[in-house]
Amino acid sequence: MKDAQEAASRIQEAFPDAVEEVSTFRGQTVVVLRKEALLDAANFLKKEPDLAFDFLTMVCGVDYHPREPRFEVVYQLYSTQHCHRLRLKVRLPSESPSVPTVTGIWPTADWHERETYDLMGIRFEGHPDLRRLFLPEGWEGHPLRKDYPLRGQEASNPIEDAG
Amino acid sequence: MNEAQEVRTETLMLNVGPHHPSTHGVLRVLVELEGEVVRNLTPDLGFLHRGVEKLAESKTYHQFLPITDRLDYMAASYNNFAYCLAVERLLDLEVPPRAQYIRVLIGELNRIFSHLFWLGTHAHDLGAITPIFYTLREREEIMNLFEMACGGRLTQTYFRIGGVALDLPEGFEDRVRAFLRDFPRRVDEYETLLTSNPIWMKRMVGVGVLSKEDAIALGASGPMARASGLAWDIRKTEPYSSYDHFDFDVPVFEDGDVYSRYLVRIEEMRQSARIIGQVLDRLPEGPVLAEEPRWVIPPKEKTLHQIESLIHHFLLVEEGFHPPEGEVYVAVESPRGELGFYIVSDGGPRPYRLKIRPPAFVNLESLATMSRGRLLADLIAILSSIDIVLAEIDR
Repeated sequence: MKDAQEAASRIQEAFPDAVEEVSTFRGQTVVVLRKEALLDAANFLKKEPDLAFDFLTMVCGVDYHPREPRFEVVYQLYSTQHCHRLRLKVRLPSESPSVPTVTGIWPTADWHERETYDLMGIRFEGHPDLRRLFLPEGWEGHPLRKDYPLRGQEASNPIEDAG
Repeated sequence: MNEAQEVRTETLMLNVGPHHPSTHGVLRVLVELEGEVVRNLTPDLGFLHRGVEKLAESKTYHQFLPITDRLDYMAASYNNFAYCLAVERLLDLEVPPRAQYIRVLIGELNRIFSHLFWLGTHAHDLGAITPIFYTLREREEIMNLFEMACGGRLTQTYFRIGGVALDLPEGFEDRVRAFLRDFPRRVDEYETLLTSNPIWMKRMVGVGVLSKEDAIALGASGPMARASGLAWDIRKTEPYSSYDHFDFDVPVFEDGDVYSRYLVRIEEMRQSARIIGQVLDRLPEGPVLAEEPRWVIPPKEKTLHQIESLIHHFLLVEEGFHPPEGEVYVAVESPRGELGFYIVSDGGPRPYRLKIRPPAFVNLESLATMSRGRLLADLIAILSSIDIVLAEIDR
């Protein structure tokens, strides 16, 4: 099994300007990338034979409200050939957060990105079908954001309103 | 006149669900049909969305545990398993060997439990009414065993952060051994009914093929991936909770069709029974909860008889504990595939963010790829072969 830290240093070599931060906690390595470099780095991680991150496990968003940059988009990667894992992150501002889609690299990202858009309100540029996944069309707000209340919000009925 | 003679083709939009019996829950699939052939389909999710991930941010780590049972209720303990392992990784907490073995025992019983129900309902979907009565008979005995161990039958909540709630009761081991003596013969029975049954094969062989490349690209895991030729089982590649102490095989089939998924699950039930036998043979003595008062609740017996322990229990559950700042992603091989918990901790008593990676959610994504160009009746077989649980898909 290859060391995830080695994978991190490989990206740093290949894209010296792309990496903002590398950290390790409990043996799990996280690489924070600049948004502009995400697609190139993702392609590199998938195509290099000794890295071969061919399996996208999940995509999700984290809201660090009121910190700035407010959002993080997290990509959990796995290699079915080498059985190693790596986590990528991109940090986004609170003002209209958006990041390029990775559906072209890992088709499974489709639903993960729709879910993140639905619940966290992060837009994925170039996504083929960016609609809400769980909540009805016309729902206001994005529930997983920290400024969205857990309960007590007077909600309209979007299904009735649409009908 | 000429216009009427022209052959006109039209596509028909058909709603399957949201409550068609073979959707195994509240799933709606919008199917675009040309005659009886599926041209395209769009699953519509969210009917069972309860905001579990949002809810997690308002619960202490101990309080959230019973909610994980309500995700994939067909393998409730396996959700406990994944969640507890993730929290323990965050805390860097070692679980006592006996508890690790008990977890494997309960986890594998859960796998059999889940596969049995799948087999019964899958056969039912294809029009074979008999098998479900057989599979529910064995499943009933597993539920009795769960009840004996912890009181719960479907949603057990037997696991705790740091171990399991109680030690195995007296007589439990014998009853599991009795179950194991019968079980391989029962699986033979199912196979006699089904495996080379011509109708069964006609409905499944070559239907809903998912290539290995597509399986990887679409994120399929578990029996779905192994039926498509991907030899990947997290119990082997990243062993957790002493899985590396046990001998078992990982069945892999190459065809990627519905029939292969059936064969994988049948063989997995046999392998799970094998693991359970080994657990019983080698079950170590010792405590079933880690002794770590900062994080782990005191044993039940103390809680019931000592006021200090009761207060301690109350504080850990109500006020919570303070894990270190950081984030972990931990994955296990649930009966449906890779089940992962991603937890971000800010050092507070509640998860700052908790993301669940449900296997059925991702596996369902390949439904359209598998169904295009097939008949509508095949769609039911394919949908059923994914083994979906909507509570985990919608969360």
